[in-house]
Amino acid sequence: MNMVRTGLPSRFGAGGWKAALEMGLLLRVLPMQSSTKGGALTRRQFVAAGATGSVAAVIGCKSGRQGNWEFLSDEQAGTLGAICDQIIPADGFPNATQVGVLNYIDKQLVRPYRRHQDAYRDGLQKSDASSRKRFGKGLAELALAQQLEAVTAISSEQPEFFELVRSHTFQGYYGSPRHGGNRDAVSWKMLGVPEPPVRGRAQYDLGKGPQS
Amino acid sequence: MKRVNAVIVGAGAAGGIVAKELAVAGLGVVLLERGKWYTANDCRKDDLRNQRTTFLGNAFGPEDEGNPRVWVDGDGGLHNVMPSEGPYQNNAACVGGGTFSYGAQAWRYMPQDFKMRSLYGAPEGSSLEDWPITYDDLEPFYEKAEYEIGISGDYSGTPYHGLRKRPLPMPPLPPGREFGVLGPAARRLGLHPIHIPMARNSVPYNGRGPCMRCRWCCGFACEVDAKNGSQNTVIPIALNTGNCELRTECMVKEILTDDRGRATGVSYFDENGHLQQQLADTVIVSGCATESARLLLNSKSRLFPNGLGNRYDQVGRNLQGHQYTGALGYFDFDTYDDIGPGADIAICDYNHGTPGLRGGGMLANEFIRLPIHTLDRLPNGTPTWGPAHKKAMRDWHRRTIVIIGPTQQIPSAEARITVDPSVKDKWGMPVVRIQGNCHPHTYEIGDVQAERAQKWLLEAGAIDTRLLSQAQNAEKATHVPDANKGGPHKPHSGLIPAAQHQAGTCRMGDDPKGSVVNKVCQVHDVDNVFVIDASVHVTNGGFNPALTIMAVAFYASNALVHNWKGTGFRS
Repeated sequence: MNMVRTGLPSRFGAGGWKAALEMGLLLRVLPMQSSTKGGALTRRQFVAAGATGSVAAVIGCKSGRQGNWEFLSDEQAGTLGAICDQIIPADGFPNATQVGVLNYIDKQLVRPYRRHQDAYRDGLQKSDASSRKRFGKGLAELALAQQLEAVTAISSEQPEFFELVRSHTFQGYYGSPRHGGNRDAVSWKMLGVPEPPVRGRAQYDLGKGPQS
Repeated sequence: MKRVNAVIVGAGAAGGIVAKELAVAGLGVVLLERGKWYTANDCRKDDLRNQRTTFLGNAFGPEDEGNPRVWVDGDGGLHNVMPSEGPYQNNAACVGGGTFSYGAQAWRYMPQDFKMRSLYGAPEGSSLEDWPITYDDLEPFYEKAEYEIGISGDYSGTPYHGLRKRPLPMPPLPPGREFGVLGPAARRLGLHPIHIPMARNSVPYNGRGPCMRCRWCCGFACEVDAKNGSQNTVIPIALNTGNCELRTECMVKEILTDDRGRATGVSYFDENGHLQQQLADTVIVSGCATESARLLLNSKSRLFPNGLGNRYDQVGRNLQGHQYTGALGYFDFDTYDDIGPGADIAICDYNHGTPGLRGGGMLANEFIRLPIHTLDRLPNGTPTWGPAHKKAMRDWHRRTIVIIGPTQQIPSAEARITVDPSVKDKWGMPVVRIQGNCHPHTYEIGDVQAERAQKWLLEAGAIDTRLLSQAQNAEKATHVPDANKGGPHKPHSGLIPAAQHQAGTCRMGDDPKGSVVNKVCQVHDVDNVFVIDASVHVTNGGFNPALTIMAVAFYASNALVHNWKGTGFRS
């Protein structure tokens, strides 16, 4: 099942998240954190909603998964999100995590980017340690200004890891929405280029899972 | 399986044409392709997974898993590389080969391109050579390719091309905004801009409609099937004769030979991984420069201990591609019009004739950009992340023009394909090992080309420019691997820019000691084995090679059919 790839929010229309929720379709959407769109749920809201419904049971069934992500732990997601949001911060347009960059990276880390799993595990752990050493707190808990300082430090302490995250963040932000980032083609709208028209069923594998 | 007249390995630009020509002439043909047959409906418009930006893999093959190669860097270090990584030098693996998803520039080489050694002399350390055939030999077949595949464009604005007997069959597409910016500037500089010849319908042609001008073009399947490759032109004709069978997802293992040293067919792994044999009177190898060489080298037997056709250690040598250099221009107005294919204006003024340079190349504006491409095209000094980077993306995505072009490489015998002694693919066959680089003079030419591109952009009103040349890019991190171009590259890094323009590994020539095939693409040693693809290119022109691959395929097929005697072949 792959809802994110096919642009679920727009297909279900405004408020469609709730409808989708009731249909039990939102597992893959879970890690998307927050959204700038009205009617979308934050992750916390969703978990709260899900806890009362049958979806929660389904979540519980998926073994080997920590929290709401396919690869990341919630803690790792917090740290990674802080780095991503420094790479692409919010200005008049959403930041990285708001358009699903974490979702993109998390998905790819169990697909084509399996080879980067160790780099992420190690890099995120070191990033958090670096932040704790400098500020006494984990990266995710810092104020934005401190995060900038901490991420700048990470970029020089772990250049290879930072380059990896930087590249993946850009892919998730500026790439095709079908892979879980660039929600609603936000970055394309920001750059003034239109979304591709959706044509017929041929664009979608109706019975197949996501390719990546 | 039933013995046939000819088995063709690879259904790409050349293999599809050979299949059609032989099948139409009445020969029984089996066409083997390791990839799948995709259709226009398989265009997924996926910025992250296509044949050009390959972050998440190649859309049309090969898959990253099970298809490794080994790249030897400039210091001799060995690297296992995957198809989505630059040093792999990938082309596509599907019916149509690269022509299914290419940018589709369809240039004729110039007459001079066939006699580079006579014209310039071979610099020391190079293997620069003349082709054994001339432009005039190929001219009728260029024309045949232009009409049968379907090319749009207009050469009339430039004197820099070989003699043509007929104009192109289709007019160019209406020019985009960049043409309007660059055209007058080129003329002010005394240059001769023209509409790029493209294997792309500008009007209904051959039963299919014209280009709808979207931005998912180079590297993508064409959603409206307006891009012309072998998969939607010659291969359907071949199948329609009833004389040709296409088998997809079949990976050829080796060419079989008898104890007299003649080929008897091929063995291959079918779609279920079972080893099969296809016996044939003739074997035609059309797998692209890297894979064709690999197949010959992997076809070892008592009579051919070093591989078929490799008696003089020539198979795999002289690997070439194109060094792409040029410049980026930044403008204070929108140059972006969101109209594909984007590339539409070119000059051929600099392909030959510069004192001190052995050749040159065509320069053209780049294919339409995706947002993901702009990441690599921001002005020098732009922070690599943070708010300033994001703002720069907004400021410049619609306000840049790239002029770039393929520098004709000066070949080196040390740039070569061998088979790796230990690494195997998913079928258990030794994989391609790539080492060496083209002659360094190539990079000197490329740098001059970059400065020429910059001058053109400045004349067109660019407020700032950035050179895309070896020196400027040597230390620059590239987070957008452009698998299509393979360059620009640092010289001597050991990473030859070959990739989708790969050529040269089974050189055509009259001397068996310095080449692999004769002038009709027949392997010197074995008279019923042919190599027909870019492998036979002696030099690779300063142009995209697709149309020349096609012309050579029509030319060699013509000779093959002409010399066919029943079930045997006598040249």
